[in-house]
Amino acid sequence: MKLDFFFQLLMSGLTRGSIYALIALGYTMVYGIVKLINFAHGEIYMIGAFTALIVSGVLSMYGMNPVFIFLIAITAAIIYSAAYGVTLEKIAYAPLRKAPRLSALISAIGMSMFLQNYVLLAQTSDFLPFPELLPEFGFLDPVKFIISTNQFLILVTTTVVMVLLTFFIKFSRTGKAMRATSQDRDMAQLVGININKVISITFVIGSALAAIGGVLISSHIGQINFYIGFIAGIKAFVAAVLGGIGSIPGAVLGSFVLGITESFGTGYISSDYEDAFAFVILIVILIFKPSGLLGRKVSEKV
Amino acid sequence: MLKIKNIETFYGNIQALKDISIEVKEGEIITLIGANGAGKSTTLMSLSGVVPVRSGSIEFLGKDITNKNPDEIVAMGVSQVPEGRRIFPLLTVQENLDMGSFLRKDKGEIKKDLEYMFELFPRLAERRTQQGGTLSGGEQQMLAISRALMARPKLLLLDEPSLGLAPIFVQQIFDIIKRVNKENNTTVFLVEQNAYMALKIAHRGYVLENGRITMTNDASVLLNDENVKKAYLGI
Ligand SMILES: Nc1ncnc2c1ncn2[C@@H]1O[C@H](COP(=O)(O)OP(=O)(O)O)[C@@H](O)[C@H]1O
Ligand SMILES: [Mg+2]
Repeated sequence: MKLDFFFQLLMSGLTRGSIYALIALGYTMVYGIVKLINFAHGEIYMIGAFTALIVSGVLSMYGMNPVFIFLIAITAAIIYSAAYGVTLEKIAYAPLRKAPRLSALISAIGMSMFLQNYVLLAQTSDFLPFPELLPEFGFLDPVKFIISTNQFLILVTTTVVMVLLTFFIKFSRTGKAMRATSQDRDMAQLVGININKVISITFVIGSALAAIGGVLISSHIGQINFYIGFIAGIKAFVAAVLGGIGSIPGAVLGSFVLGITESFGTGYISSDYEDAFAFVILIVILIFKPSGLLGRKVSEKV
Repeated sequence: MLKIKNIETFYGNIQALKDISIEVKEGEIITLIGANGAGKSTTLMSLSGVVPVRSGSIEFLGKDITNKNPDEIVAMGVSQVPEGRRIFPLLTVQENLDMGSFLRKDKGEIKKDLEYMFELFPRLAERRTQQGGTLSGGEQQMLAISRALMARPKLLLLDEPSLGLAPIFVQQIFDIIKRVNKENNTTVFLVEQNAYMALKIAHRGYVLENGRITMTNDASVLLNDENVKKAYLGI
């Protein structure tokens, strides 16, 4: 029984870690390319969840097959969130690219508040029930006291997404251009890379991943409101910093470290401190490794 | 081929370039010499579209390229090897070279050019899979030049390629510049503090002082000019 509990906590930690990772990647990729903490990123995740809620609500009125509903809802969420992400960059960040860093940061916080309140007004402050979009299947029955089909689907989806992303960044022409841009933006321009395009693509990918995370976890938890992006956003941001902001493997590692710590912390210590564990390990790790687990020490260029 | 007409460039309120006019003909090597802070790098960055010019115009192959986006200027055939080489430190040597040919689609020709680079700089071939940041200064300069050449530029801008290099590398780099100019008919715009070496290989030269062109003539004339000798050749 003790061992069952351990594995339950491990699985729930991995599930949490997956969702954090899907969001943290957006923070870290955007930071890598434009050196900006996109504080409105959590809201993009929340908007993804709301899009799926609305689309699935409409589709289920037509009595459509649940698997199709899921696929259409998540696709709509990805497209909608990506559009928001790119628009956000164009409106709130691009005009400030040459301004002091603090201006863009304040603009990001402003956009975060704006999007939260916009959804608050358009929807309601109450939690809304989120439909069970993730299909159930039977082959996990023998181990269902350890891992649910939801958790399994979340882990598999996240793994597939990460592998695809890794290949894209490593081998595609655009992926190489993204890495080059993050290492030296002016030089990237001097070899003919259109950095506006690279920045837009980065926001599209980051937002799409956040939307996937938003739909998966909302379906797992079963309710959403306008505030979910704020909490998840901060946690994922902590995960990205933990792993070393700007580093893609770092964001994934930091997310799993955070998810598992939270899960074991709430399971074995107390659930009262659920949100405190994140900051405790953040502080501990940054004391010993200020650049994060996999972060590089970067000398600031002036 | 290149006509820079009366450009002025500012950093905030500070004027870095004052009424600069430079002309480069196809097939030439021209050099821009001047002391530290004269505005040499700014001239090249203005040309490449990285730093905006406030007034004046830049024409390349009969087309106006003033304040165009840097990637459009590269696409027209202008590549730069910037000061300090600016190798992508975490990309491998091969990936750095791939970035050089970023805008090209002719796969077969790209492969040929790659072979040519490895022939020019056999050391790069040995270090193909190594990260750019781990190369020595001389090797990075070779990589920076090869990366720029991978774009098959019509006009190659070089910013102090000899800076910080051991004399043996300096000689090699200048030999390569001459060779590329001859073999591929690549026009070269060479910025240097090492005025002697630069004037030796260039056809013509410009002298830049405090953001202004103060002198221009055939390189051989400048080499024997009393003022140039005193100020830049240490004679
Ligand atoms: N990014 C910058 N911001 C502000 N001033 C600059 C910048 N880059 C260069 N400058 C100034 O412009 C002038 C010309 O610099 P630069 O073009 O780098 O000269 P050079 O390449 O001849 O050494 C110098 O006074 C330098 O301080
Ligand atoms: Mg310079």
